Amino acid sequence: MLSFILRRLGVMALTMLCLSLVVFFLINLEPNLKKLAISQLDMRSSAEDLESWLQRNGYRQNFFVRYGQWLGVMPKQPNIDPQTGVASPRFAYCREPAEARFSGVLQGDFGCSTKFKVPVAQRLVPALGATGILMFWVMAVMVPVSLLIGVLAGMREGSRTDRSLSIASITTTATPEYISGVIFTVVFASWLGWLNGSAASATNQGVTFYNFTLPVMTMAIYGIGYIARMTRASMVEVMTQQYIRTARLKGLGFSAVVVKHALRNALIAPFTVIMLQFPWLLTGVVIVEVMFRYQGFGFTLVEAAANNDIDLLLACSLVSVLVVLSTQLISDIGYALLNPRIRVQ
Amino acid sequence: MEFETIGVFGIVIGVIARFWPVWLALGIILAFSLRYKKVLGLYGHLFDTGVGIAGLMICLFWLFTAIFADVIAPFDPLQQVAILKNATPGTVDPGSGLTFLFGGDRLARDVFSRMVFGSQIVLVIAPAATMFALMVGTTLGLPAGYYGGRIDNFLSFLANLVLAFPVILLFYLLVTPGIRETAIPQWLAGVFFIFPVIFFGTLFYTRFKSRPGLLAVQLAITALIGGWVYIGLVFNRDPLGIISIRPNELNIFVAVVFASSPGVFRIVRGLTMDIKTRDYVAAAQTRGENPWYIMLWEVLPNARGPLIVDACLRIGYTTILLGTLGYFGLGLAPESPDWGTGIKESSRLLRAYIHPALPPVFALMSFVLGLNLLADALREQSLKD
Repeated sequence: MLSFILRRLGVMALTMLCLSLVVFFLINLEPNLKKLAISQLDMRSSAEDLESWLQRNGYRQNFFVRYGQWLGVMPKQPNIDPQTGVASPRFAYCREPAEARFSGVLQGDFGCSTKFKVPVAQRLVPALGATGILMFWVMAVMVPVSLLIGVLAGMREGSRTDRSLSIASITTTATPEYISGVIFTVVFASWLGWLNGSAASATNQGVTFYNFTLPVMTMAIYGIGYIARMTRASMVEVMTQQYIRTARLKGLGFSAVVVKHALRNALIAPFTVIMLQFPWLLTGVVIVEVMFRYQGFGFTLVEAAANNDIDLLLACSLVSVLVVLSTQLISDIGYALLNPRIRVQ
Repeated sequence: MEFETIGVFGIVIGVIARFWPVWLALGIILAFSLRYKKVLGLYGHLFDTGVGIAGLMICLFWLFTAIFADVIAPFDPLQQVAILKNATPGTVDPGSGLTFLFGGDRLARDVFSRMVFGSQIVLVIAPAATMFALMVGTTLGLPAGYYGGRIDNFLSFLANLVLAFPVILLFYLLVTPGIRETAIPQWLAGVFFIFPVIFFGTLFYTRFKSRPGLLAVQLAITALIGGWVYIGLVFNRDPLGIISIRPNELNIFVAVVFASSPGVFRIVRGLTMDIKTRDYVAAAQTRGENPWYIMLWEVLPNARGPLIVDACLRIGYTTILLGTLGYFGLGLAPESPDWGTGIKESSRLLRAYIHPALPPVFALMSFVLGLNLLADALREQSLKD
């Protein structure tokens, strides 16, 4: 088991290295660098100005040198004025020191956000916290509701409850966040006026039922259908097992059989599914945070991508890839732990 | 200024009347299918359940809407009738006498016509991209599952790399105006679009090797059609001028294929690993068949059930992806009538006007729902056999 986890962690590190290299390459394509230079100077700057800005801030060094600097295996160089030879920090607003040093991701320095003019960590940590709150509430709604629907539908296969709940689950899987968001806003904010169509106030004034229900509902609804269908399939399978029939034949009531015998075995598969939902939830986070103007991770990612904020976007990619890979790992380990019949080879 | 309106009842009648070619086509298909249900195989079995009929009818509805869009839509999707800016549903345009059935949007365009024309974009890109993803995923998944070992490790690692990217990040990196200035979309297209040619070439070669005459004809046709589409899509230089693709569409197309091929790869690989343990594969191996013959003519036909279901779900998922792209304004032109862009445009103004948001929302939702219902019915049918 331990060697399995270690090997998986090794593959994870390799994957992240490859992916960060790909992202680094894509962000540093010539048109993107030009866009960055324009956004840092202004629209009317001449081509020479842009070029000299890129040159001065070290964007014209060798690709692998720059990747090494970001990673922390090559020293970051300060700007050196060609006339006077005086060294000055690259980004004064991030308080970078004016000497060459090893300071990259490996040393815990994620660089400097050119859009928000602060160190990346200072921007990203509160955003991740805000998204964490959102995710907590989404999970708190999504998991119990979907498991309940799945178990109710799966315990009597083919019944009327099963059919209607299945159709309802299929409908929610056909409703991505940008659709349910619009429908909910129309119904609950524009028409009934019960809830706030924007979560902007949640960032500074705290989460309330009034401003946070719509984003949470919007995100949860897309996942509910899928998890419920998986739970239903698992429940249907468990209900046909011999031990369920034995329990019924020895005279136990239907509800006792479901709660005591079927439920625990039926919930193993949905655990994996819920864990593997995280990559989809990341996309949902981006849509919902943009739609409801909530200043979290997704909002930051969109801002970083729109302004070609290199260091911030790289940090965002690293975080999201880490989330995806670690949830995959947890789902594999958890599956083995929950189900003693499966032993990791 | 007061405009003549036609009321709720008038709108319903008007919408039903505008869709007349679709009803006609659906009626013909339905009558034909019910008449010859017995001989139509899997397709005929779809008509056994309500879910199957509903799914199929919704999908066909949008398919025919896309085909007859010019007849159905009263206005051009980009035409602006300035006085009808943000007009409520059912307002009659005094100039032409035609009705803005679902009202006007903030640029005074007819919401109904835009919804109808939006279906064209979705119904061209989503199925086509899914087909290419299927080809790529199948061509790579078969050897990975069949041979295992090093090929499998390498290909699986690549697939997991792409799958570890959250889709939205992938699109923000791959679908940008900056990328279109480089040759990256063309390179990716060049790699992806060669797979169908390889696939069909190998398919015919392994089966008809012993009949050179027939094989030559088949390979020539594959090379001809494949090469024609390839030149048209990758280099945008179709000598006949029929196939053309704008750079932003190619960009979207490539990104969508890139994002969904690894999923297909994983499914095909899993199915192949399962099927290769069957007796008929062992029999073929004993006969000394070529491994590619076994993969393409023994394994693949037996994996078709789950693959068809997956393709259905995947078209729906691709539709959702296209909507996401439109919603974030990635790739598609800002005036494009596709549903995602429509939702983006109107969702900003929800506090003032809700009517421009609802048609694209329900169009996208119903199409994906139709595909999901269809997949569900197909799955039940394939489980019965």
